[in-house]
Amino acid sequence: MLEPFLLRALIASLGLAVVAAPLGCFVVWQRMAYFGETVAQAGLIGVALGLALQMDVTWGVLIVALAVAALLVWFGRQKLVALDSILGLLHHAALAAGVIATSMIRGAPVDLTGFLFGDVFAVTRSDVAIILIGGALVLAAVAWLWQPLLRLAVHEELAAAEGVDREKVRTVFIVLLAVTIAVAMKIVGILLVMAFLVVPAVAARPLAGTPERMVVLTGLAAAVSVVSGLWLSAMIDSPGGPSIVLLMSVLAGISLSWAAFGRPGRRQG
Amino acid sequence: MPDSNGGAASAPEPCAHGSGHACVPHRHDGISAAIDPSALISARGLCVARHGRELLIDVDLDIHEREIVTLIGPNGAGKTTLVRVLLGLERPDSGVVHRRRDLKIGYVPQRFDSDDVIPMTVERFLMLGGSYGARRIGEILEHVDAAKVRGQQLGQLSGGELQRVVLARALLRNPNLLVLDEPVQGVDYSGEADLYNLIARLRDEAGFGVLLVSHDLHIVMARSDRVVCLNRHVCCSGLPEAVAQHPSYGRLFGAEAARAFALYRHDHDHSHDLSGMPTAAGDGAPARGDD
Repeated sequence: MLEPFLLRALIASLGLAVVAAPLGCFVVWQRMAYFGETVAQAGLIGVALGLALQMDVTWGVLIVALAVAALLVWFGRQKLVALDSILGLLHHAALAAGVIATSMIRGAPVDLTGFLFGDVFAVTRSDVAIILIGGALVLAAVAWLWQPLLRLAVHEELAAAEGVDREKVRTVFIVLLAVTIAVAMKIVGILLVMAFLVVPAVAARPLAGTPERMVVLTGLAAAVSVVSGLWLSAMIDSPGGPSIVLLMSVLAGISLSWAAFGRPGRRQG
Repeated sequence: MPDSNGGAASAPEPCAHGSGHACVPHRHDGISAAIDPSALISARGLCVARHGRELLIDVDLDIHEREIVTLIGPNGAGKTTLVRVLLGLERPDSGVVHRRRDLKIGYVPQRFDSDDVIPMTVERFLMLGGSYGARRIGEILEHVDAAKVRGQQLGQLSGGELQRVVLARALLRNPNLLVLDEPVQGVDYSGEADLYNLIARLRDEAGFGVLLVSHDLHIVMARSDRVVCLNRHVCCSGLPEAVAQHPSYGRLFGAEAARAFALYRHDHDHSHDLSGMPTAAGDGAPARGDD
């Protein structure tokens, strides 16, 4: 029988793998990996906020993630500087501010490693509950908005001309992304959250022929990585979150190699 | 302003020679002409400026059911901006766009960059515009001559195939207004006439209005009920023949275009007999416009 802490780690990570699959796919489809990265790293400021206000850091991360996402959307309205440049600036600034903010928390020195890389074996029963409930809400919202989200991802203007309310759908998606980042933070940490979303989707892309199939394959790739990553972690006593992400990356590497070698020719005319 | 041979096609110039077009900020509806409530889309007094450049100046446009309206103008004339404003993708700085309540748009954008990042078969892509039976999808793909690509990935299609698939998606929606922004880009030359004939035939069957944007003069004119000649403002509009004879049309496109147009009219007389298109009403009505 599994140790309780191992069982909690397994349930939490598998739950997250399922929730992250559709979001990770949309992040990849909409080229928002860097956007998510910036929002996630700003989460460290949220950690400081949570510690300072003595509440669960998940809430702090969520608040700051939403604020930074809103700031990015607002910055995106100007066209003089491309968004990726702004992201390049902001994600370092956010990390720096987060490190400084956590260092200023009074009391016992904060162990940053746990927040940066997660501590999957330390998840509590309430963490598991947050992940399962929050995850179910996120999944329900994604299912509800699946068609308009997909239409926007395929061709934004076409969807908008056909009547999709792009402001609304975009906003909901960003909120869902921020919620997922906040919830996933305890397991894989601020620095690896986006890898948890993006890498399985990358692994799934070469094998998928339809968007729905890609989501399923993404979930499978993530679940396989979670189980084998936790097993690896138990065997060689490596950190849990990084082990999962490393195995995800191995899958993505194999999949991309297959795509690069196996199907060099594409697109006629 | 020197007269007609100014090579205007290469260097777009406004053809408002003191014709009274101007953008008045916060212009009130009382000043602009009333919208046409029977039209699918009715726009009045549209003005758009970006970075201090006026892209659209006081543009009025109506599109009715069963009407093929062709929007022509040189590069930089604001054609795409006007379409985007009509579709609601961009807000005008002033002016109003009235969309009829039952308006349902089928849109074929100027460029459809298919993206391999999303795995997407043609069939799945068509289902994104609504939910349709497999049989109806087959029929429409047959219509646009793209039946054989049904199971393929979007990213594997050629430009012409992709254009026809996007057209199929627009048609599947049973639109009452079909908007095509330069639909022949990426379609080989022999495909152009086919595409326009197809659109005109489907218009006859389904009765939707069509807004067609083009800089390709002679083929475009063939099936249009009305041509609107745009160079930031509406230079002239009316029946194809009347527009072609309008002085500001010649100024805008130069003598070359006028010749191409004459050639087209010859072609049209032939295809006219074959396809049995009704004669355009109001023969000889002069185009409205400057001068």
